[in-house]
Amino acid sequence: MSNWEILWDSRGVFLNGFYTTLQLFGMSAVLAFLAGCGIVFLLEGSRPRLRVPLRIFIDGMRMLPFLILAYLLYYGLPSTGIRLSAWQAGMIALVSYHGAYFAEILRGCRLTLPAGQVEAAIAQGFSMPGMYLRIVLPQLVLSARALIGNQLIILLKDTAFLVIITVRELTAAANSLSSTYFIPMEAFIVVIGFYWLISIGLEQGIKIIGRFGAKRGFNNA
Amino acid sequence: MHEPATSETTMVSVAETADTSVVAAAVSIRGVSKSFDGTEVLRDVSMEVAPGEVVSILGSSGSGKSTLLRCINWLETPDRGEIHIAGDRIGMSDTGKPMSRRELAGMRSRLGMVFQSFNLWPHLSVLRNVTEAPIHVQGCSKAEAGERAMALLEKVGMAHKCDAFPYTLSGGQKQRVAIARALAMQPKVMLFDEPTSALDPELVGEVLAVIKDLSKEGYTMVIVTHEMEFARAVSDQVVFLDKGIIIEKSPPEEFFVTPKTDRVRRFLELEAPTA
Repeated sequence: MSNWEILWDSRGVFLNGFYTTLQLFGMSAVLAFLAGCGIVFLLEGSRPRLRVPLRIFIDGMRMLPFLILAYLLYYGLPSTGIRLSAWQAGMIALVSYHGAYFAEILRGCRLTLPAGQVEAAIAQGFSMPGMYLRIVLPQLVLSARALIGNQLIILLKDTAFLVIITVRELTAAANSLSSTYFIPMEAFIVVIGFYWLISIGLEQGIKIIGRFGAKRGFNNA
Repeated sequence: MHEPATSETTMVSVAETADTSVVAAAVSIRGVSKSFDGTEVLRDVSMEVAPGEVVSILGSSGSGKSTLLRCINWLETPDRGEIHIAGDRIGMSDTGKPMSRRELAGMRSRLGMVFQSFNLWPHLSVLRNVTEAPIHVQGCSKAEAGERAMALLEKVGMAHKCDAFPYTLSGGQKQRVAIARALAMQPKVMLFDEPTSALDPELVGEVLAVIKDLSKEGYTMVIVTHEMEFARAVSDQVVFLDKGIIIEKSPPEEFFVTPKTDRVRRFLELEAPTA
């Protein structure tokens, strides 16, 4: 039996891992993006109350290697009495880490949004949340779409780190097959294929947003 | 159709109990001062705009005219003084405390503002630019807001571009859409902040023509402008600001023909040698 046939016979393991990775990625991407949008909303206004703590949070996440954050949440927290499952720890790590990056991307774009855009909304009687949701955020997303796409791909690849805190995702599946049958080359090549597949899907999504933006005259940031 | 000077919006006026026999000024500015970083931009400015009146504010750049206009809808907060819109004070509640955001938004929606740089929202179509605030601020139904918007776009000659996006429009077209957008809130007063200053000379005319039409329909308007002939043609009153002080306020024929001060005479010689 060739190595490839071994892998084909254990395709269930791969598919389970793939499914877990998709779930992890999908949920954490949505939540991290929403967290980023929320943070930038809290930074609206001339003197936002939470400016300092949010700044500390964003900078804190940016100086931290992702792996250390995952380690801290899964292996470190139990010593303080907080015990998270591998899945919970992984999700929290992904969402907070990439939420901070999304916030930073959107905040950068927010700084370049002409003040007149907001003034026109204020003059029309928009409330702060209404203005943010309908006038500011759509423009931020359209002009930051390429950066957002990049960040999503980094997020996808960071899910692979979670193998180290025992989350049974795609990389974990390849890891276990490679060590069970000692076929690392083939196992990891297959795994690359799976990640590639998700990335292609992402790329398509970003392209659609790109066409949407181009139709409105938004250049890539 | 649209008669903002007479039609009551949904706002209930509470401040008109004292004296109802006198019609409240559309805009009443009382003793307004404003400084930026220690530089006094407005000094104790007072003026009134009657309902249906068109008032032009002239002055050289840096004279404070845009700041004065922006104080009217509280985009700038005056350091001192009061501003009343149709009898209701803006910015401060009756108890003397600053208005909540919600109250302020309610007051602002009675004022339509047109900016020098248009400030159309680029992610929305022309039609959506006009319907966005009526739907999401005033709570109009989509159908009603759409109908109102199309009528206004028709009025400014932009109905055929309702599905276009702002970046495909010329400056003059953008500004006409911006005027329709401001009118869509059925404001009591229209504020124009140098509406033609960012336009190529050959596009100025189409925007001024729209504003001129509005003045004939009885809209109350306050216009900051550098277009002398236009100001002369549309205004009921011309106000001249110099270093943050109103040094002259008179009807246009008086202002342009027999100005009272040397300052205005010099200004007119420089800005409008033919006038």
